[in-house]
Amino acid sequence: MKDNDLRLDGNAAGGLLNEIFPFEMTTAEATCGGCGTMKRFGEVMLYRHGMGAILRCAHCDTALIRIAHVRGWYRLDLSGMSYLRIAADIH
Amino acid sequence: MAQQLKWQLGKVLEIRQETPKVKSLILEVPDWTTHLAGQHVDVRLMAEDGYQAQRSYSIASPPEDRYLMLTVARIEDGEVSPYLTDELRVGDRIELRGPIGGYFVWNARDEKNDGSPLFLVAGGSGIVPLMAMIRHRANSGNKVPTKLLYSSPYHEEIIYREELDHLSANDSSLRVLHTLTRRQPPNWMSYGRRIDRAMLADTAWRPAEKPLAFTSGPTALVETVANYLQELGYEPESIKTERFGPTGG
Amino acid sequence: MAEQFISRGFKGRARESDRAVKERIPPGQYETKDFPVLSAGPTPRTSLERWSFSIYGDIAEELKWTWDEFRRLPRESVTVDIHCVTKWSKLDTVWTGVSVDTLLEGINLEAQPAIGYLIAYCDGGYTTNLPLADVRGGKAWIAYEYDGKPLTPEHGGPARLLVPHLYFWKSAKWVRGFKLVAKNQAGFWESLGYHNYGDPWKEQRYAGD
Repeated sequence: MKDNDLRLDGNAAGGLLNEIFPFEMTTAEATCGGCGTMKRFGEVMLYRHGMGAILRCAHCDTALIRIAHVRGWYRLDLSGMSYLRIAADIH
Repeated sequence: MAQQLKWQLGKVLEIRQETPKVKSLILEVPDWTTHLAGQHVDVRLMAEDGYQAQRSYSIASPPEDRYLMLTVARIEDGEVSPYLTDELRVGDRIELRGPIGGYFVWNARDEKNDGSPLFLVAGGSGIVPLMAMIRHRANSGNKVPTKLLYSSPYHEEIIYREELDHLSANDSSLRVLHTLTRRQPPNWMSYGRRIDRAMLADTAWRPAEKPLAFTSGPTALVETVANYLQELGYEPESIKTERFGPTGG
Repeated sequence: MAEQFISRGFKGRARESDRAVKERIPPGQYETKDFPVLSAGPTPRTSLERWSFSIYGDIAEELKWTWDEFRRLPRESVTVDIHCVTKWSKLDTVWTGVSVDTLLEGINLEAQPAIGYLIAYCDGGYTTNLPLADVRGGKAWIAYEYDGKPLTPEHGGPARLLVPHLYFWKSAKWVRGFKLVAKNQAGFWESLGYHNYGDPWKEQRYAGD
């Protein structure tokens, strides 16, 4: 299998992110704490590991959000993201 | 407006064989609101012993349709797709949530899209969200110049082939270009290889025309297309990608 | 909450095994003949020229091997069962590598009894934590061959940690070193709620199990 074949676009995390944040999240903007790039979640890289989901900056691979859904709790590590901008009103 | 998607049930009204390995499911989803072309749903299956599996499927139907259509390619060692293509019957219900994804969408009525020619590149079942866009475009009477470059392994595996032939025959602003990567029928006039830089250089709109590109399918194909389009001068923001993962389905 | 909808006729992957095999499969697991690849990030591609393995930390010593030096160490082949917390188990997997006991020979652990844990550091940023006791006494290896062939990058090559008695997330791919410490520190998955120890026979999947 080729390198990086397993990664998806952040768009595919739309359902999971919506479980946690009741907003349209694929167009929410994340600023990478590693390189400062700002991208919408639809454009970041999603690694859907069986144990959790990791959203990574498309430029520098810094993990922006790490999510595990364990025993009725969502645990998020947001330390790779310096800002998150979400549209409060989508329509 | 904050909105949280709920799991809801869709009833299978019809099952359509598109190609030997691909079926479309037409679903009645009573609590469905609406969606944009390009969005997907998450489908969740649960066995009697509580075992769950979940996958995402692009919505094939345009927003104007009354029922929701999902087109599913059967993956050989898959867990969810063989259930949907082999086991599911008319009358069964499946659990789904959506629509998901505000990023990989095209809306004919969005002024921001006004006039931007569309370049759609699909690999295998990556055609599904792009077909929703093409159907929506036809329903809206939109005539924005649109080109679809569609890669399939064999002629028999071109999904929606007849419908694409029919739509392009009746709309001069829509061009459909096929490439068959494994085998071509006799007298085949179009491309017969994997999508490469030369093919994209020949087929893509010129960057000066300010095109919008959407590409979906196996991750490797999508990344190749996105990289080459940028080399050809496309602005990164004008290229929207939907990676389907290694198998592309 | 509404009752969970059951999909008529859905069974999921074949999860039944015959009796002889059942005893080797921990609770909640099923046997697979595949070797699934789970990926938390891009696959690292470290060249062998740049590769090294180090042992350091709250200890007096600091050890380091280049790839050539590592390959000259005594090697062994082992056949073990592996168990992933995502519920698949794979039996009779064959690995070749260096026993961690060999690597720790250069450290005077008896003189440093406070050192109880290690953190494995890997290319790509992955980490996992283990009690030192769980990598000693023939329980762990740094493996560079799987099934008689060089370990591929997707499966953790050039070399990965192999600790088969614990859930397989502890067998860190692309391992580059051990930091030996007095205090346990949660690694990549442990910090997200997975169990600090991870014994599959006690089904220690998540913190608190």
